[in-house]
Amino acid sequence: MDLEVLNALLTTFTAAAMAALSALIFGTPLAYVLARKDFAFKNLLESLMNVPLAIPHSVAGILVLLAYHSRSSIGEILSRIGIMVEDSFWGIVLAMLFVSAPIFISSARSGFSMVDETFEHVARTLGAGHFKTFFTVTLPLAFRSIISGIIVTWARAVSEVGALLIVAPYPKSIALLVIERFEAFGLSAAIPITALLLLIGVVVVLTLNYISMR
Amino acid sequence: MKTVSSPLLVLKSLSKSWREFQIRDVNLEVRRGEYFVVMGPTGAGKTLLLQLIAGIHYPDSGKIILDDVDVTYLPPERRSIGYVPQNYALFPHMSVKDNIGYGLKIRGYPKDEIERRVRELSSKLRIDHLLERRVSSLSGGEQQRVALARALIIEPKILLLDEPLSALDPETREEIRDYLKEIRRMLGFTAVHVTHDFIEAVDLGDRMAAMFNGEILQVGEPMEIIMNPRNELVASFTGAKNLFKGEVVARRGELAEIDLGGVRVYAATRRSGKVMVAIRPENIIILLEKARISARNILEGVIEEISEKPPYISLKIDAGLPFTVYLTRNALEDLNLRVGKRVYLAFKVSAVSVF
Repeated sequence: MDLEVLNALLTTFTAAAMAALSALIFGTPLAYVLARKDFAFKNLLESLMNVPLAIPHSVAGILVLLAYHSRSSIGEILSRIGIMVEDSFWGIVLAMLFVSAPIFISSARSGFSMVDETFEHVARTLGAGHFKTFFTVTLPLAFRSIISGIIVTWARAVSEVGALLIVAPYPKSIALLVIERFEAFGLSAAIPITALLLLIGVVVVLTLNYISMR
Repeated sequence: MKTVSSPLLVLKSLSKSWREFQIRDVNLEVRRGEYFVVMGPTGAGKTLLLQLIAGIHYPDSGKIILDDVDVTYLPPERRSIGYVPQNYALFPHMSVKDNIGYGLKIRGYPKDEIERRVRELSSKLRIDHLLERRVSSLSGGEQQRVALARALIIEPKILLLDEPLSALDPETREEIRDYLKEIRRMLGFTAVHVTHDFIEAVDLGDRMAAMFNGEILQVGEPMEIIMNPRNELVASFTGAKNLFKGEVVARRGELAEIDLGGVRVYAATRRSGKVMVAIRPENIIILLEKARISARNILEGVIEEISEKPPYISLKIDAGLPFTVYLTRNALEDLNLRVGKRVYLAFKVSAVSVF
């Protein structure tokens, strides 16, 4: 396999993993709060969270760039700690996170909603505080939704094209490489990578199926 | 200041509004070692009351004193309360053993001590054979016992039972009632048990409170409340079927003659004027002839309907007023009763509740 493909795969998979991990860390508490608490504008917040799923991904890319480019206020702070967004690995992560996090949050949220609150009530009376209850009862019971949420989020991040074209065409990610090979060398040149990505897609879907069957 | 005689649990003017449920100005005392039953119809706020005591919700106003400590706004994990919810809520991702040991594990007990204490309590509660089982493989009665063990292992100050028998079939219910009595004798806990079934109240309760629409309407010994409901609401859900409006028209000492609109009954009451009368269906005897018996009230009527009301047979009888009478199947067959038959209803003066 040529080095360019290997590098693109590595970039894509690690960036997607970073995006999925960030979604897990920041999305889990948010999903739990959305599942358990009622507050003002909760519906509005939930709707707005799904906006990235409803816009063309080139537009999503523009939005990420607007918010994080090096002359924006957030971008300036990030660049001070050495994180550049344009044409960088972190740009890929951010773009992926923006388009895939809503998927994780809604999966985790529905997982938490399905856990009967009475389990948590009993755990509390038995001496477990909020955190112990969450980690010994709620999370294990919502585990399947969390895991499948992470996998779908990761897969969605891997498959991202539009936002990456805008935010970070370099370093080259695998989906962009497919386009490049196709445009430069024609259909047959794109087939090997296409086959590889297809295979990965099949594995992901089968894994999800296995988790939900258990 | 802790005194042996102070009540274990005191609710002072407790009020709470949550979703469609309400608790209104509830005042209640539960004594140490007492088995206290809160009885009321569905939607009376019984579960909400337990959840306030457990700390799952905080009241809008009022106070909760547990063992002489104000716990009104303490989180549940700092109250030392055993809570058995209506569906038992056994943790499905743990074995029976881990369910029972959960409270000890959370408190950081060493593994071997958890193991020892789980085994000890399980053998007392006769569930040691279930320890290695998965929760999903347990019957309703078994789940109930495991949930009790899980709540009791932390040696809670008070045990809260939410409709503990309602999910069980009638035979298991009686078995679990006996079981509850037995483990109570053995372990000597204080309990608050909520139910809509007066049989549980009478069978298990040292005292009970009748609750309706979030309010405590009457507190006392279960039989006292069942036999002498203080008002129409209490009578209506404590199982009193024969509930009539009437007027005291004559009296001799304590003995009052009450006109129920054509039908007259005798009751022991000091009340006068317009009253309500309740006669429990199981306190009425059916006679084929107007015999001389000690019961002062004898009414003539016609059987209009015979239906099953397990464990009884229910008769609807027109005696000028619609009466409901519960009989055993034996009595029904002995008397050869059928629809249309003319019979006599007999009941004692003491069977008539007046309020």
